Amino acid sequence: MIPEEIIHQPSWYESSARARIVGLLDTDTFAEILGPADRVMSPHLDLFDLPPAFDDGMIIGRGKLAGRAVAVAAQEGQFMGGTFAEVSGAKLVGLLRAVTAAVGTASAVTSVLLLLDTGGVRLQEANAGEMAVSEIIRAVLDTRRAGVPVIALIGGRAGAFGGGGIVTACCSHVVISEQGRISVTGPEVIETNQGAEEFDSRDRALVWRITGGRSRVLLGGADSYVKGDIAGFREMAIRVHNTVPAFSPETMMMEQDRLKKRLEFYGDCTDTPEIWSRAGLSDPDKIYEIDDDAFLALLSQKGSRS
Amino acid sequence: MEKFTIRAQARTSLPGRGKQAIVGVVASGNLEILLERTEPDQTVVVDVVTSARGFQTVWEAVIADFVTRSSPGGVRFSIHDNGARPDTVMLRLMQGVNVLEKTA
Repeated sequence: MIPEEIIHQPSWYESSARARIVGLLDTDTFAEILGPADRVMSPHLDLFDLPPAFDDGMIIGRGKLAGRAVAVAAQEGQFMGGTFAEVSGAKLVGLLRAVTAAVGTASAVTSVLLLLDTGGVRLQEANAGEMAVSEIIRAVLDTRRAGVPVIALIGGRAGAFGGGGIVTACCSHVVISEQGRISVTGPEVIETNQGAEEFDSRDRALVWRITGGRSRVLLGGADSYVKGDIAGFREMAIRVHNTVPAFSPETMMMEQDRLKKRLEFYGDCTDTPEIWSRAGLSDPDKIYEIDDDAFLALLSQKGSRS
Repeated sequence: MEKFTIRAQARTSLPGRGKQAIVGVVASGNLEILLERTEPDQTVVVDVVTSARGFQTVWEAVIADFVTRSSPGGVRFSIHDNGARPDTVMLRLMQGVNVLEKTA
């Protein structure tokens, strides 16, 4: 459900990765690294008779957000499902390593924005993709350890699945919209392996109830919830700067403790309305029907973390 | 997959000073076009990489029509196509020259 006041605003979900970057950053500040004209493309897709993309579906660069220097990486979810692969993975790892190396220099940035939109590893170059995901995880953690927050913005058509779900979970802060989905194994894969009784991937309402933005933010898998327009993501990205938790053992222990308690309280629930009812939310079945304003009001009532 | 190059002569060179632009996405039924102002005044070069085989004559017709309509001289078009229909191709080409004209 798209709120009335943003119905004519560019939608994050509907926009291309490039349009998201342009709308997210300050006007005319984006400077792309290894842009399309450099033609750094996948060397593997030709073998599979598939057309490549000039940016391999990963757009990286620097820009400004409310006047502050930031690094940004955006996956194009419509190209090969926004997958992690050899070239796209190397571009993101390179960006993160450059950010870490630039700390304390004139080219330092204040945060990294990851606009993930992916079904996971690109199957045509799966080994390189799996390695890319692990290198990205390491690079995200190194960047955070160097004191630069990495903020994930999730609201694209492909969601953040597979390695994308894991990378998202490694970020300092996760911003999500109703359309955003985060998970590791995708619904179709679960159904293929475990049967439709376990998870019916064609039941869209079920898929969104389990993996969607509202459930993720209520359960603490995402930190901030925004309406689905690009401006909403921009405002939140500006606001969360410097409010991210320290990258420390204490933060990790607290998170571990939170997850342990969550499992104790809700581990035997089979669907999300059961969780909301146990958590004492009024009208647990209505969580996915109310509009964004009502949902945001509910979030601020209970605090964004459970 | 098929790869071929189509050349044409435009009446005039494309207005504006933008050096390059990119439009579209290699999604199903869609295409991306990289436009670069690298050719002599009236020359138009279109490099096509397409997932659909056997449509070169359709591409030639669409591009001839496009060159007549917009006269994009001096521009090299590099296309990655994932099965876009001719009307989509035409729209993307028109969008591309529009973006390049307005690029500073």
